[in-house]
Amino acid sequence: MENFTPLSALIGGALIGVSAVILWVVDGRVAGVSGIVGGLANPAEGGAGWRISFLLGLCAAPLVFWTAEGGLPSITITSSLPLLAAGGLLVGFGTRLGGGCTSGHGVCGVARLSPRSLVATLVFMAAGFAATFVVRHLVGA
Amino acid sequence: MKQSFAALVAGLLFGLGLVVSHMIDPAKVLAFLDIAGSWDPSLAFVMIGAIPVAAIGFRATRGRHAPLLDTQFHGPSRTRVDAPLVIGSALFGVGWGLVGFCPGPALASLVLGRWQSWVFVAAMLVGMIGYRFLDRASGLFFRRYSTFISPR
Repeated sequence: MENFTPLSALIGGALIGVSAVILWVVDGRVAGVSGIVGGLANPAEGGAGWRISFLLGLCAAPLVFWTAEGGLPSITITSSLPLLAAGGLLVGFGTRLGGGCTSGHGVCGVARLSPRSLVATLVFMAAGFAATFVVRHLVGA
Repeated sequence: MKQSFAALVAGLLFGLGLVVSHMIDPAKVLAFLDIAGSWDPSLAFVMIGAIPVAAIGFRATRGRHAPLLDTQFHGPSRTRVDAPLVIGSALFGVGWGLVGFCPGPALASLVLGRWQSWVFVAAMLVGMIGYRFLDRASGLFFRRYSTFISPR
């Protein structure tokens, strides 16, 4: 547990919570990233303006962090090209079919104690643990 | 315009939350999901930090009929736990566990310039558009279960 960072995770989580509250109280919208992106693919859902604005803010965040902190966040991605493509497809399709992701179900829905979101969160957490186990300990990729 | 500004601020705070918590880093996410390895439970604290804040904020709007800058709340319309919810969430979880990216962190990482982020996001968009295509093609099944009604 040398990399255990509960405090920064707690602070980061609180920021995400504040973000969800702002979007709900001011705009009346759910801060679910897959829903915000997916809604752009469906013109009938409307709201392109706020959706694109939210995504711009999301995408610009590392740069804002950079100007404030003097360093870009360091990330490590070890997945191969086929794994990246398969993972992306599953995340895109699955979040739309399931109606949400880590933010919409995992944070906003669980905070409302929505039965759908509680089930979805348990299922995607379990599937995530299982997939990581298979990739790391059975296949060894 | 004001709506979009609020959304921009919310998106920025959301992204900063992902950066500060290291949830933007797939290696950190996989260390959290790898219970059988050298498990790093840090990212559980993202939810522990986010959920109470969101719960208190949402509670404060109870009894209000509309948000500050719109005529109505656009909450989720479906309440039933059904097969598409479970199947979709399982597929999402598998994809998350394969790479360590969920939609928010993947998008926020684009600006860091790793080709892997761009491949993942491109595939994710294909998956979302693919769902939309199937949704229209087999209207009866998928449309019944689409989660968000179009409010206007």
